[in-house]
Amino acid sequence: MTTVDTPPAPTAPAPPAPAPPPSGRPVPRSRLGRRRRRAALGWFLLLAGPNVALLLVFVYRPLLESFYLSTLQWNLGSPVARPIGLGNYVEWFTAPSTPTVVTTTLVFTLSTVGGAMVLGLGLALLLDRKIAGRGFARTVAFAPYVLSGFAVGILWLFMFDPRYGLVQELLGLVGLPSPQWYTERPWPLVMVIVVYLWKNLGYVALIYLAGLQSVPQDLKDAAALDGASPGRTLWSIVLPLLTPTTFFLLVTMLLSSLQSFDIIKAMTSGGPLGSTTTLMYSIYQESFVNGRAGYASAVATVLFLVLLAVTAVQMRFLQRKVHYA
Amino acid sequence: MSVITPRRAVPRAGSYLALVLATVVLGAPLLWMVLASVKTPDELYQLPLQWLPSRLTSDNYAQAAETVPLGRLLLNSVGLTVVGAGLKVVLGLCCAYALVFLDFPFKKVVFGLVIATLMIPPQITIIPNYTLVASLGWLNTYQGILVPGLASAFGTFLFRQHFLTLPASILEAAELDGAGHWRKLWRFVVPMSAPTLAAVALVSVVTEWNDYLWPFLVIDNPQRMTLPVGLTLLQNIDGMTSWGVLLAATVVVTLPILLVFLVLQRRLVAGLTAGAVTG
Repeated sequence: MTTVDTPPAPTAPAPPAPAPPPSGRPVPRSRLGRRRRRAALGWFLLLAGPNVALLLVFVYRPLLESFYLSTLQWNLGSPVARPIGLGNYVEWFTAPSTPTVVTTTLVFTLSTVGGAMVLGLGLALLLDRKIAGRGFARTVAFAPYVLSGFAVGILWLFMFDPRYGLVQELLGLVGLPSPQWYTERPWPLVMVIVVYLWKNLGYVALIYLAGLQSVPQDLKDAAALDGASPGRTLWSIVLPLLTPTTFFLLVTMLLSSLQSFDIIKAMTSGGPLGSTTTLMYSIYQESFVNGRAGYASAVATVLFLVLLAVTAVQMRFLQRKVHYA
Repeated sequence: MSVITPRRAVPRAGSYLALVLATVVLGAPLLWMVLASVKTPDELYQLPLQWLPSRLTSDNYAQAAETVPLGRLLLNSVGLTVVGAGLKVVLGLCCAYALVFLDFPFKKVVFGLVIATLMIPPQITIIPNYTLVASLGWLNTYQGILVPGLASAFGTFLFRQHFLTLPASILEAAELDGAGHWRKLWRFVVPMSAPTLAAVALVSVVTEWNDYLWPFLVIDNPQRMTLPVGLTLLQNIDGMTSWGVLLAATVVVTLPILLVFLVLQRRLVAGLTAGAVTG
């Protein structure tokens, strides 16, 4: 999936739930209370029960089971499983392919997150200017975000076709030779990074745009009166005010980039020679291509811990409330 | 502010140019996809590239439908999206109602349990869920695609946020009129929640439609596949030798959601960016 559930951002403190209305006639308290409470329990089970049960069966159960599976030498579908303790983890940390996977994940994650933040802010600044056609530009920018990641991968594979693609044509127009996007390292990795950026840029831009529009105009006017250049105003006034937005986007993009799968599957299937295999992709490959479900569960646990660390940092900062205004 | 002095006109032209450039770069691939899907192979594999097709052909669509059951895939995707998103909305709605309007001892714990699942990456649940679904005999079934992803955490969260802002007086009045919880939920709370309802429903529609990894793992019977999974099948059969066919199928995958987005843009964007702007 590409539209990733992300932890909710800072919210205003919620008002307390309305208290139950006082009952009209005096009835013996304890009896009424017990009956009411039992009725409430019934309603609670009826209304919240199905959702909670589904979460327990399909999220919490597999989460715990995954930790257990990671201690087994077990192949998908096999009736035999051998407990090997932390053997799978030891294997992952010492496997010759692990440094490559970690490096690929780092390059992919840092360039997609960094690129999306910088370009997204730039796009948001453009969209914030009162010029004709910005509504249309906004729509076009956000459209890729709602599309299927797999379909987007196929579409861009065509764009990058080394012989008949639009990318080689445009490079040719400015006199550049087209690299072998499909086969020659590091171009396949560059390719999936570009596509990931294209798909997610509009999201970052729109969130930044909402942030920019909440910056008080009088602050910017005051800076202009004091003779600050637009660049100076951006750097010293606007960007610091956008810190909470930047932080939220950083975490959200980190989480979704670390979990991206569809684009890589469509464009490179992790290849060639593993050059686009990220941590996430290697979990799929180990479990469903190589069938090593126990080992894959250990890798999944590693990814889970990384994601948990990112989330934990977010929670800490949220409590500190990065605010200037 | 609107007085354009010569000194301001230059940066304005600059940002206009940049905006046009950005729009072209972001929009061109989609346009290129649609154009390619109606070109003949001769036009697709021709150098220098032919930008516009000389005549429109539907051959690519016909051939895609011959290779994979495109109509069936579309039907599967529409059905699963409507049912999945619908159930998700109802589950989230009911759960949030219970969390806000019912008095119950472990309410906070239950809320925490629901919200914490937002931080559990779906990837870690995939192998055990796959094993469970396989042992239930649900591989290659619609319920196998649907049920494991049905629970609503994000929707519950958004509904709860909204319910907490509803005026308590109206609900108290409803209660005095003798309305039970069921009536209160559907006759009073739901009509007052249209924007949140639309946002949650639209986000669910987009997520279900685009969902890839899970249906890809659970289904290998073409008759049961969703559109994105069917696209994989087509890619494996046709490879990169017939771009026109592959892109025709890609148009079928992307166009419905694109239309939903264009028509209901404001609500959909509100839903998808809800995590950031509730603050």
